[in-house]
Amino acid sequence: MEASGGVVTPGTDVRQKEKEREEARALERRGPGRRWIRPLLMWLAVVLICIFCLFPFYWLINVSLKTGSDLSQSDLLPPSPTLDNYDSIFKNGDFTSALRNSVIVTSITTILALIVGSFAAYALARLRFPRKFLLLAVILSISTFPPIAIAAPIFKLWTEIGFYDTYIGLILPYLTFALPLAIYILTSFFKEIPKELEEAALVDGATYFQAFRKVILPLAAPGLVTAGLLTAFFVWNEFLLAQTLTSSPKAFTVPVSVANFTGSQKFEIPLGTISAASVVITIPLVLAVIIFQKRIVAGLTAGAVKG
Amino acid sequence: MEAATARLGRGRRRKREKSYGSEERRLATLLLSPAMVVIALVAAYPIGYAVWLSLTEYSLREPGKWRFAGFDNYTEAFGSTEFWGAVKNTFLFTGLSVSLELVIGLGMALAMHAAFKGRGLLRTVVLVPWAVLTVVSAITWRTLFEPNLGLAPTVLEKIGIGENVVWLGQEGYAMAVMVLADVWKTAPFMALLLLAGLQVIPDDVYDAAKVDGATTWQRFRRITIPLLMPAILVALIFRTLDALRIFDLPFVLTGGTNGTSTLSLIAQQELTTNNLIGYGSALSVLTFVIVMGVSFIYIRTVGGNIKSLAEDT
Repeated sequence: MEASGGVVTPGTDVRQKEKEREEARALERRGPGRRWIRPLLMWLAVVLICIFCLFPFYWLINVSLKTGSDLSQSDLLPPSPTLDNYDSIFKNGDFTSALRNSVIVTSITTILALIVGSFAAYALARLRFPRKFLLLAVILSISTFPPIAIAAPIFKLWTEIGFYDTYIGLILPYLTFALPLAIYILTSFFKEIPKELEEAALVDGATYFQAFRKVILPLAAPGLVTAGLLTAFFVWNEFLLAQTLTSSPKAFTVPVSVANFTGSQKFEIPLGTISAASVVITIPLVLAVIIFQKRIVAGLTAGAVKG
Repeated sequence: MEAATARLGRGRRRKREKSYGSEERRLATLLLSPAMVVIALVAAYPIGYAVWLSLTEYSLREPGKWRFAGFDNYTEAFGSTEFWGAVKNTFLFTGLSVSLELVIGLGMALAMHAAFKGRGLLRTVVLVPWAVLTVVSAITWRTLFEPNLGLAPTVLEKIGIGENVVWLGQEGYAMAVMVLADVWKTAPFMALLLLAGLQVIPDDVYDAAKVDGATTWQRFRRITIPLLMPAILVALIFRTLDALRIFDLPFVLTGGTNGTSTLSLIAQQELTTNNLIGYGSALSVLTFVIVMGVSFIYIRTVGGNIKSLAEDT
């Protein structure tokens, strides 16, 4: 537009614009012959995205229903589908205890992260104190730590104080890595709650704690759900620290249990049972995604949009 | 009269601010301390301890043997092909997977943005790979590329790629599978971040450009890309940080063989398989330094976000 240069009288400019607008409208109206192309391309893209995202998971389910010689053929449908693999993993005590361990470690970590995290987030969102920026930067930089960096010292410390191969030995480092994200999400949610509500409570004689518990927390429930979900996903999924800090079915979490199914039998890998176990530990997460899609997307994009 | 009330009001407010000041600060310390104690004890202190351990020669196999080794572990690392191989693999993996994820993620985000019907459903579909555990994603791709069982080698052979190749058993091909598995799991995450960025671009900008006769490509090149840049940067840095730390995929896919060993993987193996605490720590510290370098750029990029959170309202 600006590149047109020269002297432009207002009159011609307006007429020029009018003409361009007309052309643009004409372009959009252009014949019924081409109108179907865009929706077609769009639907093609949508179908491609669905195949790309869902096919590998379908494949995993397909493999989990195969046994014996079916496992050496690449059929898209299991020729003789059977639930034998599922049957055998639930009879496998190591796998069921890994499931229990993961449920316990994940729920305790998530609850602790929400409690400790919402305290910190309330302070960051509402209270006035110096060096807040620095504090937030430090907290956030923790979330970028590679877990391997603390693996060696924690491994050594835990063996010395008896935390090695225990729940608490996993919960503590998980809490550390989950807190920054929880604090970040909760702080941005708390900030969106109108301050007036809380001030009204304070004026009416409520203490800060009462204002927090009775006004902020109920309104921040969606934020708590989001932060809780992301924490739980992180803990359920974590592998490096679990692999390093546990050594027996007493504390193995599901990723460790499933990954070591693979490792232990180097020459005859039980791909059928591994796939069945993989499906079982993924189903809860897929269900959570279906139920809480909006909350999860809100959490994932909380840090990225404001730019 | 009015002025007097206003002055009185202002006076009262100032007084309250002042009296809240110390109470507020005390409360802030109280509320922040649990989080800070955990972070200090389980992140900051171990990092320092790791640096110290990396300067010692210490193996769990010989508990009595311990000596201060100075920079010996680092010299050993810099002189080993294992370390440089892992550096090469880690950066190759990061470069390939993050750039592929950006292209595919951007494509997915644009398609999702254009699709008005079913955007919610698409979002759920796209979240499925994100929800799949990394270990499970590795197992899935392993079964897809397994000789006989896997579908991928057969299909790829038909279009002339990798005839008679044992994908996970050959250098280069194993890396390709690892990149694929990562792209599958995380391109959707990239797409969601970029979709959120696309949604904040106002429609009027496009309408104005349309009126001025800009083509679809021009609108993409001159409007979408520049306005999406902040979201792209954040997504890129998030993904780069993650990819540099990759551990689960090589562990399950290949155990680090065939040109897929990464920094986190060799450090973890030295620690747990070989029980070399000193040398393993040195490798961990080197990984940490590399990742924190990138993380510094990250904090600078999202600095605006942190500032807006830190602002008092």
